[in-house]
Parts: sequence; C-alpha cells; structure tokens
Amino acid sequence: MDFEPSPEQQMLIDQVRRYVREEIIPLEAKLDPDASELEPADHARLVAKTKAMGLYGIDIPKEFGGPDIDIVTRTLLAIEMAQHRAGLYVPCYGTFGGAGLAQIFEANEDQKERYLYPTLRGEKKPFFGLTEPSGGSDPARAIQTRAERKDNGWVLNGAKIFISGADRAQYGIVFARTDASKGRAGITCFIVDAGTPGFHVRRVVHTLRSSSYATELEFKDCWVSDHQVLGEVNKGFAVANDRLTRQRIPYAAGCIGVAIAAHEMAVEWAKMRSTFGDKLANRQAVQWMLVDNEIDIRTARHFTLEAAEKARRGLPFRTEAAIAKLTASEGGGRVVDRAMQIHGGMGMTKDLPLERWYREMRIRRVGEGPSEVQRVVIAREILGSSLR
Amino acid sequence: MPLRLRLDKPWQPLTAETAARLPGQLGVYQVADAAGIIVFIGQAGARAPFGLRSELQRELGARGPGYQFRVEVNQQYRTRWFELLMVHQADHGSLPADNAKNPPPALGRLSPN
Repeated sequence: MDFEPSPEQQMLIDQVRRYVREEIIPLEAKLDPDASELEPADHARLVAKTKAMGLYGIDIPKEFGGPDIDIVTRTLLAIEMAQHRAGLYVPCYGTFGGAGLAQIFEANEDQKERYLYPTLRGEKKPFFGLTEPSGGSDPARAIQTRAERKDNGWVLNGAKIFISGADRAQYGIVFARTDASKGRAGITCFIVDAGTPGFHVRRVVHTLRSSSYATELEFKDCWVSDHQVLGEVNKGFAVANDRLTRQRIPYAAGCIGVAIAAHEMAVEWAKMRSTFGDKLANRQAVQWMLVDNEIDIRTARHFTLEAAEKARRGLPFRTEAAIAKLTASEGGGRVVDRAMQIHGGMGMTKDLPLERWYREMRIRRVGEGPSEVQRVVIAREILGSSLR
Repeated sequence: MPLRLRLDKPWQPLTAETAARLPGQLGVYQVADAAGIIVFIGQAGARAPFGLRSELQRELGARGPGYQFRVEVNQQYRTRWFELLMVHQADHGSLPADNAKNPPPALGRLSPN
C-alpha cells in the first residue's frame, strides 16, 4: 500500500500544521503547562476558524453534517493535530469539534433527537461508562453493574471507574449486566441522564495525567425507562467492542503526532547543543537514539495508516487496529523517553512539553486496551482461534 | 484506597513569616477569613516562580492581614484544584466567594459521600 499523501491530503495536512503552529502553540505558551482548556473567548474564535476551514466536526459522518473526509485523511490530520503540548489528549483543545460517542449514531430516531443531535450541536456532552473497579481489560467478564427489570424499565446498581467527563456530561452510555448467565451475551447498553436519581459522580480519580481527571461513578437503585436502552437488550457488548476497535486508530495517531513533535525537538537540540567540544548530533550515541526514534515513528505510522486504509475500504481491521495501537503507544513512549534523554536536565522540566508527554504517553499503553490485550487480539488472528 | 477528598489540615495565620516558611513546590491551597469561612481555593502551578510560597505571598500582598490558610503539596495541582472546588460546591452549594467571581470554565459536579 502507498501511504504517501495525495496532493489534496497534503494540502489539508499543511493547513492543519499551520493552524497548530500559528494558532495553538502561541496560545499554549501563555497557559499553565498542565492546562487542557483555552479561555472561552479563544476557543470560540478558533472554532470559527476551523469552521471557515471546512474542518469542524471532522469525525462526524457526512449524513449527519460532517465534512465527509475519509478515515485515512482524518488519521493524517489527527497526527498533525496532536503536535503540541496538550495534543495527546486534547488535540487543538477541541477546536475541531467532536463527534460525540460513536454508539449514539446507532440510536433509534427518538434517541437521536434527544441525544445525538444536541451533542452534534454542542449542547450536550456524553460520557462512556464501561470500565468497573473489577477490571477494564476484559469487560465482558468484568462488568458487575446489574440492571434488573422493574416498572417498564430497568434498575441499575453498581459502580464504574476511570470515566472521563462524567462530572460535566449531560448523559452517558452505561453498560450493565442484564443476564448473569450469558457472559458477553448478557450485557445491555443504557443511556443515563446525568440528573437521574441514583446516579452519582462520587469522586475524582487522580492519575499521571495531571491536566485532566477521571471519575468514579455509583449507580444506586437508578431507574431508567425502556426508552433508554441503546440497541437491543443483551447485545450491548457488540456496541462496546465496535467502539473500542474504531477508537484505536485515532488513539494511535495521537501517539504518532506527539512522537513526531518530540523527535523534531530532539533533532533540533542535538544540532544546537555542544558537549566536550562537539555537537550532540555528532555523537554516535545520540545519532542512534535519533535513528531509533525515526524507526519507531515510521513503523507506527505505517501500521496506523494500514489500519485506516482497511477501515476506509470496509474490510475487517480489528487486528490492524490492535497492531497500530500497540506500535504507536509503545513506540511513542520510547521516542519521548529518548527525546528527554537527549535534552538532559531541561527535558525533565515543565519548561518543555516533554515531561507532560512522557506521563501522558505512559497511560497510552494501558488506555483503550493495554498492550497485552492488543497482543491477545493479534494472537487470535495468527492462531485462528479465540484462545479461550 | 481513595485519597482524602477534603483539605482538613489546621489553619495557619497568613503572615509574612508563615508564607516564607512554605515550600517552593506545586500544590493547592485554601484561604479563609478570620471566622474560618473559605473565601478562595487556589493552585500553585508551574508558572508560579516559587510554587506555594510565592502564591501565598501574593495572596498576603493582595488581601492584607486577617486571613488564614492551609496548603497541600501536590504534583497533580490542577486536578486536585478542580476536585476541591467541586467538593466545596457540593458541601456548601456554591463556590468560595472569590472563586465565584471568576469560575473555571465547565466545572463539573461531584456528589461525594
């Protein structure tokens, strides 16, 4: 496969690259190094710019008003959007808009009216409630939150953890066990409004990602009507799984973007900095680190674009997405680590973005399915079995 | 084991001497009036020249005498700051008076036990 960008793709890449360098990075220089938000006035001004560029809501499907950009091009642009201090988790501070949660596009018409369209208009924010204290890597078995039939609806009891944005969301997608005897075929997906009695955001969960936090949720006799079931009863796991696979491509792209930015900094520094009478760039030890960076970046880029291309062509891409996520998160972490080593003491400071990338990149080896689970997915493909 | 939600250390008078003894580290702090009513929850971020020490010295310069404070050294100063604001809002129904004048955008909701 040829992954050289077409002239049209290159034009969009250049446009986004200019936007990051001319609009985002100068604003970022004035923010706290751990900030994840722009001032509201700056955010509104930049959203107007991305709308004028025709790139707002880039991940929204065309039939819902998105700009109709294919997934390969979106992946190339996601690599560009991540190339700033906050870029790994908040690419361009959300000024390109979001698509909300992919599952909501599968909602029925009534649910679309109540949740999808307000989300696309920016009026409502969702959260995704899958992981539980009992585990996140194997949700089919780990989910202990129960939903039991009552009064033309369901009563939810249980807890979720590591849930981003639940304290600020207007609604969330929550997975609960509706048939304890059926394993993954006994999970249902519910839409829960934030104000529903029995729904509580109990605490902030602090992590390495000091710019933003996760939350822990509790459901205590939380009743929702049948109208809040997303998809079919006992078929919620497929909804979750589809999301997890799709999400791995932009997740990998973000890692690649940050790795490229860290690598560029390291190259520049190596050419500039002298020790013992010679530039770092002339030291073989440093050259080899830069070579290893280049290889990690090119490898991750190739596999990520391969996964995107398969998705674009409508082919199965589960294995490719797992390889992309694995190579980009692990390789990206190594690149940032080497860039810090080349920068020496300055690389450890909050004066540079490297230390934030280092902390956040570490999370990427666990988030959206840890490296070990990606390897399980790939092994299943190689061995042609489910390895149960 | 979850970390402690609320900052419940004893108050110290906000004076030049107590502020000068503070570490130059990142963290969060609360300022209360003489009656112990929390009037501000702040953070000493990476742009504070001497972390908590310079932030509390700045508070003293801006407010004058008659206030008290308590601090927590914390590398996760931003998320801890958001947490303290949300917990205060849940406990008291509103933000501290001086935070309410300039609230952070999109502050979330917590219902702590």
